[in-house]
Amino acid sequence: MADYKINADSFKLAHIEKEAQEHISTPSLTFTQDAFRRLKKNKVAMVSLWILCIMIFLSVISIWFSPHNPNTQHLNWNNLPPKLGNLNIPGFNGHGLVRGEYIDAYKASKVPDGTWFALGTDSLGRDLLSRILAGTRVSLFVAFMATLFDLTIGIIYGIVSGWNGGMIDNILQRIIEIISSVPNLVVVILMLLVFKPGLLSIIVAIAFTGWVTMARLIRAQTLQLRDQEFILAAKTLGESPIKIAWKHLIPNLSSTIIIQTMFTIPTAIFFEAFLSYIGIGIPAPKASLGTLLSDGQKNFRFLPYQMVYPAIVISVLMLAFNLLADGLRDAFDPRSAR
Amino acid sequence: MAEQKKEVLVSVKDLQQFFNLGKKDEVRAIQDITFDIYRGETLGLVGESGSGKTTTGRAIIRLYKPTSGEIMFNGKDIAKLKNGSKEMQEFRRETQMIFQDPYASLNPRMKVKDIIAEGIDIHHLAKNDKDRDEQVANLLELVGLNPDHATRYPHEFSGGQRQRIGIARALAVQPQFIIADEPISALDVSIQAQVVNLLKEIQEKRNLTYLFIAHDLSMVKYISDRIAVMHNGRLVELSTASEVYNHPLHPYTKSLLSAIPIPDPEVERKRRPQPYDSSMEEDGQKRTMVEITPEHFVYAAAGEVEGYKAAAAAYNA
Repeated sequence: MADYKINADSFKLAHIEKEAQEHISTPSLTFTQDAFRRLKKNKVAMVSLWILCIMIFLSVISIWFSPHNPNTQHLNWNNLPPKLGNLNIPGFNGHGLVRGEYIDAYKASKVPDGTWFALGTDSLGRDLLSRILAGTRVSLFVAFMATLFDLTIGIIYGIVSGWNGGMIDNILQRIIEIISSVPNLVVVILMLLVFKPGLLSIIVAIAFTGWVTMARLIRAQTLQLRDQEFILAAKTLGESPIKIAWKHLIPNLSSTIIIQTMFTIPTAIFFEAFLSYIGIGIPAPKASLGTLLSDGQKNFRFLPYQMVYPAIVISVLMLAFNLLADGLRDAFDPRSAR
Repeated sequence: MAEQKKEVLVSVKDLQQFFNLGKKDEVRAIQDITFDIYRGETLGLVGESGSGKTTTGRAIIRLYKPTSGEIMFNGKDIAKLKNGSKEMQEFRRETQMIFQDPYASLNPRMKVKDIIAEGIDIHHLAKNDKDRDEQVANLLELVGLNPDHATRYPHEFSGGQRQRIGIARALAVQPQFIIADEPISALDVSIQAQVVNLLKEIQEKRNLTYLFIAHDLSMVKYISDRIAVMHNGRLVELSTASEVYNHPLHPYTKSLLSAIPIPDPEVERKRRPQPYDSSMEEDGQKRTMVEITPEHFVYAAAGEVEGYKAAAAAYNA
């Protein structure tokens, strides 16, 4: 093997432009953009998101464009099976068992030709589809109110408790423990002593207890964040605590906030439905998914559609919120994804 | 040259910082800390983990409320100021901190531009948005970053780049005094030199005073004019960098210096770390900082002064 001497001439300076060395080629994405990019990849969550959008849209526009008035009774037209125009689809052709015979119930009840009820009518002759839409609206309104209390009371309470620590934290946490030790149902029943049964007492009950989990989560996160160096840096710069909360804490809490809100919503919806089902929620004649289920359950053996459709709607609603919440959690907190 | 320029910028006297005061789990983090920092110098603060270096830095910048003692900054006692008061805000502008962990010291949800301009916004140092952007661009250039990066988020940068963003944030409010809390210990070695040189360069440009907290002794020697050694929440020795390195008097300093690895296998093989017996501090004698030779302070009891003086004389003999 030939001797090969290595000397200074054997090397050439590799030249890197200072500019090129500091260059970053990836596109600049904000955290939220990145999260939504991940969310879009999650098919289940996206389907849930679309289902929710459609449900919200339908229940809102039904304020103005309802197929029938949800509260108008047609006592002659009670318990009519579903009928979709004159399409004659089995299950939606207006035929049903009347006194043991499978006949066109619409003809038997002398319903005029142009009138039909897409999901049938209930025992008082009210259009079930309109009532389901109205009931969904109530559920979504309860969900909205629960979110509102989560976002206001829950977040502020949690941040105040976590940020101040010490004695204040101690007192606030004991209050939370007292509140969460009283069952929700007891709170609602107590509310009934003061208010009339209805949306108001449900919402007051949610306002009283619904934000507790959010406050706890926010407090725990704030405790962690408050000793982070970027918070210390803001302090040494002379930032006021309120601005630190707004500029530094809330953006860093946003994933917890979004995820927890998405888990609060189905709980609130179910809470309202449950109260209405046992009869201390939305009073008659107003519709709610809970009252529809409770009414439908009475005729379930003979007129199953009266219970099946509201049950499908509430199941899909809850499932969609839960699956979307799962998707959001994975999108905002990639480490938690399996 | 040193004689005429020695104007004291920060003077710390008997600073004590206890946590959970009066409770069962009381922690006496630092006690009897007394030292001066002259304008334009770099004071290195070294000591082992848990010796109270960071607590000292954070007490001086008033992230904590000192239990007792005095912190004179520019002739004003900072220790007693209330958070949010006008004088405090002024102090906040004049003193800044560079943090240890470049990954935790930048808010991941803010753009670099807004991180750096945070101080500018708080102290209303920019006339308008254009002025603000210009100041940010200048600061980015000063710390050797591309001004085009202003609209990016911290996670897109490397550790060294992030630390430079942290430095730019501290410089944005045009401070006189910067406390650097282990600014290089979370960086890899090749970047450490870069950041230290940057700090030196900026010090010259802007006539800054540093309190440089670190446990890397060789780096402290390189950047510091004077060095203070801490142990167990107390200052044990304080002198010029070369005095501390070449003529250490306190046994803890000797032990600390003997622990430095030497990048020469021949010498390294012979190096013997000297263990330090801290029981000598717990004999109940009252100790204070005593000037053994000019500008060389050692934490000593009255009875030990003679011994230290003899040791100092032996070095010079």
